[in-house]
Amino acid sequence: MDLVQLQRQLVDYRTSLYHEGFLDEQFTQLQSLQDENNPDFVVEVVSLFFEDSERLLNELSKALEQQVIDFKRMDAQVHQLKGSSSSIGAHRVQKLCIVFRNYCEAQNVEGCLKCLQQVKHEYGIIKTKLESMFQLEQQILNAGGSIPV
Amino acid sequence: MESCNCIEPQWPPDDLLMKYQYISDFFIALAYFSIPLELIYFVKKSAVFPYRWVLVQFGAFIVLCGATHLINLWTFTVHSRTVASVMTTAKVLTAAVSCITALMLVHIIPDLLSVKTRELFLKNKAAELDREMGLIRTQEETGRHVRMLTHEIRSTLDRHTILKTTLVELGRTLALEECALWMPTRTGLELQLSYTLRQQNPVGYTVPIHHPVINQVFSSNRAVKISPNCPVARLRPAGKYMPGEVVAVRVPLLHLSNFHINDWPELSTKRYALMVLMLPSDSARQWHVHELELVEVVADQVAVALSHAAILEESMRARDLLMDQNVALDLARREAETAIRARNDFLAVMNHEMRTPMHAIIALSSLLQETELTPEQRLMVETVLKSSNLLATLINDVLDLSRLEDGSLQLDLGTFNLYAVFREVLNLIKPIASVKKLHVSLNLAPDLPEYAVGDEKRLMQTILNIVGNAVKFSKEGSISITAFVAKLDTLRDSKAPEFLPVLSDNHFYLRVQVKDSGSGINPLDIPKLFTKFAQNQSTGTRNSGGSGLGLAICKRFVNLMEGHIWIESEGLGKGCTAILIVKLGMPERVNESKLPYMPKMPTNHGQTAFPGLKVLVMDENGVSRMVTKGLLLHLGCDVTMVGSSDECLRLVSHEHKVVFMDICVPCIDSYGITIRIHEKFTKRHERPLLVALTGNTDKVTKENCMRAGMDGLILKPVSLDKMRSVLTDLLEHRVFFEAI
Repeated sequence: MDLVQLQRQLVDYRTSLYHEGFLDEQFTQLQSLQDENNPDFVVEVVSLFFEDSERLLNELSKALEQQVIDFKRMDAQVHQLKGSSSSIGAHRVQKLCIVFRNYCEAQNVEGCLKCLQQVKHEYGIIKTKLESMFQLEQQILNAGGSIPV
Repeated sequence: MESCNCIEPQWPPDDLLMKYQYISDFFIALAYFSIPLELIYFVKKSAVFPYRWVLVQFGAFIVLCGATHLINLWTFTVHSRTVASVMTTAKVLTAAVSCITALMLVHIIPDLLSVKTRELFLKNKAAELDREMGLIRTQEETGRHVRMLTHEIRSTLDRHTILKTTLVELGRTLALEECALWMPTRTGLELQLSYTLRQQNPVGYTVPIHHPVINQVFSSNRAVKISPNCPVARLRPAGKYMPGEVVAVRVPLLHLSNFHINDWPELSTKRYALMVLMLPSDSARQWHVHELELVEVVADQVAVALSHAAILEESMRARDLLMDQNVALDLARREAETAIRARNDFLAVMNHEMRTPMHAIIALSSLLQETELTPEQRLMVETVLKSSNLLATLINDVLDLSRLEDGSLQLDLGTFNLYAVFREVLNLIKPIASVKKLHVSLNLAPDLPEYAVGDEKRLMQTILNIVGNAVKFSKEGSISITAFVAKLDTLRDSKAPEFLPVLSDNHFYLRVQVKDSGSGINPLDIPKLFTKFAQNQSTGTRNSGGSGLGLAICKRFVNLMEGHIWIESEGLGKGCTAILIVKLGMPERVNESKLPYMPKMPTNHGQTAFPGLKVLVMDENGVSRMVTKGLLLHLGCDVTMVGSSDECLRLVSHEHKVVFMDICVPCIDSYGITIRIHEKFTKRHERPLLVALTGNTDKVTKENCMRAGMDGLILKPVSLDKMRSVLTDLLEHRVFFEAI
C-alpha cells in the first residue's frame, strides 16, 4: 500500500477512535511523551496496561464466583483498573469502572456481574483497536515513513 | 247760793244738754280706755314696729284723756274738793303727756315717710333681680344646649354626620320649623342646598352666591335676620301659612392653609357655607338674642368640626396614597431584585458557557504548540494563543463588569517586556490592516525602558483596543503608533485638566499616541465615547459590530493604572488621535531568571526544563506509574520509580528533590509515609518536596494532604504543560496546591 495512504489511514483511524470515545486526550499526552529518547513509550505503556487489566479482570471474575464476596477487595481492584485506564486514556473502560465501583459500594452482586461483563467487553474492543493501530504504525515504519502526529 | 256738803241726788230737771254731755263723756272715756288696750295688743304683736315707745306715749296720753273725761263726770254736780284736786292732777298730767306726744310726732314724721320710700325702692330692686335671674337662667340653658350640641357635633369626624347632627340638634333645641345648610359649589359661584332637617334628600337647588342678602350675611359673623322671601329661605313649598322668622348665619369653611400659628384665621377664609334657620310659622315666636347667640356659636363650632373632619380626610387620603406607593415600590423592588438575580444567573451561565470553549481553544492551541511546526505555523499558533488569551481575559472582564464598576478589580502586576507588548499588538493588527490596505507604523522612543512593572495583559488589551478602533474606523490611509516616556510638561495637558500626575522615582508615565486618518469624530460626541454601550450612530458605524464596551473598559483600566485616556479629533473626516497615559513601575535590576516563566518560548520544544532533577515517583498502579515516569523523563528529570511505601522509604534520599505520591483511598497510606519522611529528614533543606497526585477533587483530600505535611497537590490527569509549570512553581515557591 502507498505510504501516504497508510499514513492517512492511520490518521483517520486514530481520529475515529477519539471521535467514538474510545480514547481521550490522555492518550494524546502519552503520544506527546514519545520522542527520540523514548521511541516505544506508547507501546510499552499500552502493553503494560493490557497485562495489568487482564490480571485484574481475572481476579474480579474469580471474586464474583465466591460464596462470600469480598466487596472491599473488589473495589480496590476496580480502582486500580480505573487508574490504569485513565492513565492511558481508555475512556470507555474508565467510565465503566466508575459505574462498577458504585455497584461495589452498594454491594449489588447483580450489578457487579453485569458491569464486569461490560468492562470485559469494552476492554476487548479497545485492545483490538489499539493492536490494529500499532500494526498500522509498524507497517508505516517498515515502509520507511514516519508516524504522523 | 251756799252749797251744802250733801250730794243732791236729784238731777236738775230741765238740763237736757247736761244729760247729753254726761253720756258723751262717758262714751269718750270708754273709747279712750279701749283704744290703748288695742294699742297694747298691737305693740305686743308687732315685734318689728320701730316706734313702740311712741305708741306707749300715745297710750298714756289716751288713758289720761280718758281719765280726765271720766273724772269730768263727777264735776257736773256739786263735787268735793278731792274730786276737784284729782281732776286738776289728771288734767295737768294729760296736758303734759299730750304736749310731749305732739312734740314727738313732729320728730318722727319724716322718718315714717322715708320708710315708705325705701320700701318702694326695695320692691323695684327685687323686680329687677327677678328679671336678671330669668336672663341668667335662659343663658345657662343656652349654654347647656350649646355644650350638648358641640358635644354631638364634635363626637364624630365624619363630615356628613357632623352636619346632619348640627341640623337635628339645632332643630330640637330651638324648636325650628326648618333648618338648612347651603354649601358653595366647586366653582364657588353658587350655593347648593346640601342638607335639610325635614326633607330627606334635598334636591340640589342652587342659588347664585352674589346675592345682596347672602353677601350681607357673609360679611358679618353674626346671625342675621333675613326676609323669608329671600331665595335661600324658600325652603318650604310656597304655603298657605305665613312663614316664621328666618335667620341666616355664615359658617366659615376652614382649610389647612388657614391655620397660621399664633394667628386666628378670622379674615383669611374665603369660602362660607350658609345656615338658614326658620322658626315655626304659626307660633308668633320671635328670635331672641340668646337664640341668635346660640346659632352663632354653633356655626363656629361646626366650622371647627368640619375643618377637623377635612384634615382627617386629607390625612387618610395621604396615608392611603402612601400605602399604595409603598406597595408599588415594594413590587418594583422585588421586580428589580428578580431582574438582578436573573441577570446574575444569566451572567453566571454565560460565564460558564463562554469559558468552556475558550478553554478548549487555549488548551488545544497550547498542545499544538508542542508539536512539530514550521515557523509560519508556529507564528500563527502563537497568535491564535495570544488572541484567545486576550479573549479569555476580555470575557472575564466583560462578565465581571460589575466588579469593575465596584472598583474591586485589581491589576495583576508583574514585570514584563514593554517592547514585546507593542510588537504583539502590531502583529495582531497587521493582518486586518493589510486587508484594509492600511499602513501601520510603530515608533518607540529610544528612552522607553525595555521592561516595566504593570499589568501586561490589560495594558495590551487597552492598546490593542485603541489601535483596533483606529483600524476599524479608517477606510484608507495610515495608522501611526508612538510611545514615549511622558515628561512633566506634556503630562499637564489642557485637554485633561483633572489629571494631576505625580512623578516619583520608581515610576514613569508611558504615553501612547495612536493617530489615524480615518473618519474622525464630531468633537461634540467625544465625551460620550467612554460611556458604556453608547455607540456613535451618525458615522455609519452600525455594522461595525462591537458592544460599545471597549473604550469604557479601557478607561477603567487606565484609571486603575492611575492614568488618563482621551481622544482628540478635528472633526468628521479629519481623522483622530487617541492618547493614553499610564503609570508603570520601573523594574529593579532585571535578570532573566526573575521573569515569569513564559511557556511559549519557541525554541524550548523538546528541551529539558529540569535537567537532571532527581525525582521519586511512587504509584501502585503500574500503568499510571509509567505514564508519570514518561512525563517526567520528557522533561529531563532523573526518575526513580517505586511501587510501594516500604520501597519508597527505603529509596528516598536527600538527593531526591521531589517525591510524587499517587494517593488513592484506601490503598497506600501516603499520609503515613509523609510523616515518616518528615521524621527522616529533619533538616528542611534536605527533605524532598512531597507532592500528591490524585484524581479526587474534594476538599477533604486537599485538607488532609496539607495537614499531613505535604508540600503540594496535583490533580490527575496531568498534562505536559501542567507538569512543567507545576515543577517550576514548586521549585520556586516550595509549595504548590492546585485549586480544587
